[in-house]
Amino acid sequence: MQISDPARIRSALADATFRAYREAVIRLPPDVLRVIGQAAAAETNPVARGEFANILKNIAQAEKLGVPICQDTGVPVVYLTLPPEISLTRELYDAVADGVRKATREVPLRPNVVDPITRHNSGDNIGAGMPAIHIKPGERFTVTVFPKGAGAENVSRIGMLLPSQADQIERFVVETVCLAGSRPCPPVVIGVGIGGTFDGAAALAKEALLQPLDRMTEYERGIMGAANRLGIGPMGLGGDITVLAVKVKTAGCHTASLPVAVNIQCWANRHAMAWVKL
Amino acid sequence: MNPKPVQLRTPLGDEILALHAGDHVELSGTVYTARDEAHLRMQQEGIPFEPRGAAIYHCGPVIQDKRVIAAGPTTSARMNELSDFLIGRGVRALIGKGGMGSRVRDQLKDRGIYLAFTGGCAALASSHMTLTGVFFEDLGMAEAVWVIGLDRLPLVVGIDSHENDLFDTVSRHAQEAFRRYRGL
Repeated sequence: MQISDPARIRSALADATFRAYREAVIRLPPDVLRVIGQAAAAETNPVARGEFANILKNIAQAEKLGVPICQDTGVPVVYLTLPPEISLTRELYDAVADGVRKATREVPLRPNVVDPITRHNSGDNIGAGMPAIHIKPGERFTVTVFPKGAGAENVSRIGMLLPSQADQIERFVVETVCLAGSRPCPPVVIGVGIGGTFDGAAALAKEALLQPLDRMTEYERGIMGAANRLGIGPMGLGGDITVLAVKVKTAGCHTASLPVAVNIQCWANRHAMAWVKL
Repeated sequence: MNPKPVQLRTPLGDEILALHAGDHVELSGTVYTARDEAHLRMQQEGIPFEPRGAAIYHCGPVIQDKRVIAAGPTTSARMNELSDFLIGRGVRALIGKGGMGSRVRDQLKDRGIYLAFTGGCAALASSHMTLTGVFFEDLGMAEAVWVIGLDRLPLVVGIDSHENDLFDTVSRHAQEAFRRYRGL
């Protein structure tokens, strides 16, 4: 049965977006907390141990006080899953924007969204094509909010490698971490999109960051190990742990292409999912 | 375990000359927040507080109802070319994230230090802070100079007054490690 009550859908989705946004900026997901905890225990460099101690205390304070983990509350990246009974309509986009506006006022979030050329700030985290909304079919009606801060996003890279350079993907990722240095607030999480198209690889890299960080393949662990040998450490002050996790997503690509995108994320890999209650 | 952090209190004096890059400190007293716009305004109109012994925090806080809600550090390197006049007038400590350029390292020699606070730790910072005043509020919340009372904010010396720069050392090592990794 199709549910066709636009007003009801709009307010329910707006509310779920608001709830997911608030949760995302205040509390980290359990898998993210686990990898930060493990890294803090494994780190041997005294300066880096101090940085981890601050990170752990900060996570606890944010939860206790109900305030954002970081003052850069990011830009809104939103993923929806639609069950068969919900149609894809313009109202869904408007509903997500309503939820973002409410979160900006009430959490509160820092208004970060500006026009790319004039730099005019809209004041409510809404702009052309922002929130960035990605919609897929699913079993349940859900909204996932993935606020993305600028420090880590700014050092992300994409490369169109040659089809013969599959063995150089790891090097491209390690080079990206090296060039980034202290700027993305390490220890970082790395999403790698391999294959697809130029734009598709970047989308895969971002989606990879949403996968459980405490389950990595041998390939992902290999990339993480190589990047950690750079010794950049938390905040670029030196240490054993520069990278908390590497997650890879792949897609089929042209026989003459090898797109590789690396989306860097700071230690605060914030995201949260909420059910849309109709 | 780490040795106990060194306790510092503003106004800062020559005690900071004894510190070395990598030392942990806890800072109490007063800091003045300043980002790009505040630096430009102070260059034009003068420094609205006593700069001798002062500490500057590179931070655009979230302030609500005269309270500091979130106050993590911003990227200090943006202020690389804007900090001469502060150090020249007696400011002894710059606080932020990510380190600063060689020009600032040279200016800090025998005079001052750069202290790193952990990026993203906005809630932890605010739990060590009390808002006491503001200058240049017309610049907006992120760019105004907020006067903030500190109670033992945990920091690490990133650049000391003897030209030791932890960020620069780590960055050089990382580049060497990358060259080795590439087999060059």
